[in-house]
Amino acid sequence: MNQSGATVAPGRNFYKNQISKEELEALKLEMNKKALIKRRSQTIFRLAVNVLVAFVVLLPLLYAISIAFMPSGELFSLDLNLFPKNPTIQNFVSALKNVPLLQFILNSFLVAGLITLGQIITCSLSAFAFSFLEFKGKGILFMIVMATMMVPGEATIISNYLTVGNLGMLDTYSVLIIPYLTSAMGIFLFRQFYMTFPMSLYESAKLDGCSNLRFILKILIPLTKSAIGAMAVYTFINAWNMYMWPLLVTGSDKMRTVQIGISMLNSVDSQSITLMIAGVVIIIIPSISIFIVGQKQLIRGMFSGAVKG
Amino acid sequence: MNKAKKKWSFTSYCYLIPSMLVFIVFLFYPFAKTIYLSLFKTNKMGQAKIFYGIGNYKDLLSSPSFWNSMKVTLIFALIVVVGSMLLGLVTAVLCNKAFPGIRFFSTAYALPMAIASSSAAMIFEMMLHPAVGIVNKLLGLNINWLNDPNTALYCVAILTAWLNSGINFLYFSAGLGNIDDSIYERASVDGASGIQQFFNLTLPGLSPIMFYTLVVNIIQAFQSFGQIKILTEGGPNESTNVIVYSIYRDAFFNYKFGSASAQSVILFIIIMLITMVMFRIEKKGVKY
Repeated sequence: MNQSGATVAPGRNFYKNQISKEELEALKLEMNKKALIKRRSQTIFRLAVNVLVAFVVLLPLLYAISIAFMPSGELFSLDLNLFPKNPTIQNFVSALKNVPLLQFILNSFLVAGLITLGQIITCSLSAFAFSFLEFKGKGILFMIVMATMMVPGEATIISNYLTVGNLGMLDTYSVLIIPYLTSAMGIFLFRQFYMTFPMSLYESAKLDGCSNLRFILKILIPLTKSAIGAMAVYTFINAWNMYMWPLLVTGSDKMRTVQIGISMLNSVDSQSITLMIAGVVIIIIPSISIFIVGQKQLIRGMFSGAVKG
Repeated sequence: MNKAKKKWSFTSYCYLIPSMLVFIVFLFYPFAKTIYLSLFKTNKMGQAKIFYGIGNYKDLLSSPSFWNSMKVTLIFALIVVVGSMLLGLVTAVLCNKAFPGIRFFSTAYALPMAIASSSAAMIFEMMLHPAVGIVNKLLGLNINWLNDPNTALYCVAILTAWLNSGINFLYFSAGLGNIDDSIYERASVDGASGIQQFFNLTLPGLSPIMFYTLVVNIIQAFQSFGQIKILTEGGPNESTNVIVYSIYRDAFFNYKFGSASAQSVILFIIIMLITMVMFRIEKKGVKY
């Protein structure tokens, strides 16, 4: 701004007085001020739009939290009652009392945790083989693994249900966990990361007498923490939110996961709406907490791998 | 890179065994069995009893209920994909430049991905409640949203779009991060307006991730189940009976495992075709 003003001015006002240094300074200050105001107003505008959109996006959650604290009598009025007048935690207490919610939460933590751990192990092992080892049929095997991503869960769920039913595995932890112990996406993600390491890393480790398992444990896993973090967050949330499979294979309170258990609070009796929402809020907290804590990890791991590959 | 000769080495395969075992037992075998079952009439235990050939498929293709499911699924998927991608795109563009509080807002926009379909369904059920729901109160209407064949499908579709928008925000944010900032600076100097910049720079810059996101979204939309099970159970009048729900109902309520398997195979073929077509288009049309 300032520079171009200085070069244009002498041309135009060749015979007139040139702009003095003070005037130039004043002009610069004024321009800076204008630019600042423009930037500020843009930021304020951006902030305002964001507040509005974020409010709409979060509305269902905010409203749910508000209702969870509302005495059930208060909900039934014709007024627009966005906030509880007499906030109460009674809904949470009754929700925990009406259904064994803590048992469901424990089940879900166990199932989602073991699925996450298992996927990290199996996917690291497979990705290691696909990136560092040479063996016959490697290309085809990798293609087959990738092709599994196209098979929708619904195409296998009926047969899986019949299989585990025949094996007498229904209503156990293992039936909730074992079918999900690997994922093509995880193998792909880890492989993307491993491919960025030079083969010489593996070869020199081998020369130093490092076994394959040691190489995975001591070198690969520490080097791919961000991918593992991303994968862990994503897998845990998905396992926590799983619906169709647990619905089919669990029958007793002992085995039900939160998503199935919570539907038990969903009755037509509208008096219990506040209670049901309190239950929903309780079971949303773990997945949201993990998401908020791991969000940065998730983004970094998911996308840096994709970009590099 | 590596010049080692390919050889049979048992230990190499050991690393693949855990994953492959799970894939074989819970994916390849059941998938083959689903195809097998789709050619049979089954008993209540799901055992193949009478060979029926392509009879199950023929029955489906001549059944109005199946075509209704297809139509409902397509409308549902269309609303979900357009809605969730638009919301994801808008929120990603809003968080494209640094401003105070950006961390909070990006978490907010990505948050729906952490919420389960069943939890979300129950929250929406309360919001859409005809008597005490906030939607009717705000709009001053008295509509029984989920029991009206004209509105039920839109309600579950909007709910699903909201749920899926979170991960789209992440995809688009990553895509926007890959666009070089300097092209915007040059464009501003040349006097391009914000809207021109959006259509001429941002959208083309997003096209690689756009295609990937589109494929993922279509597949995800076709597989929505929890929210429909909880909110409408396929009704009223089959107006929300998407194909996945129809599979579930045929298998586990009507015990028509053969027909349900045939529908699963059709769903697989549809998803495979969409994926292949999308990748074909991508190869031809998208410039990186």
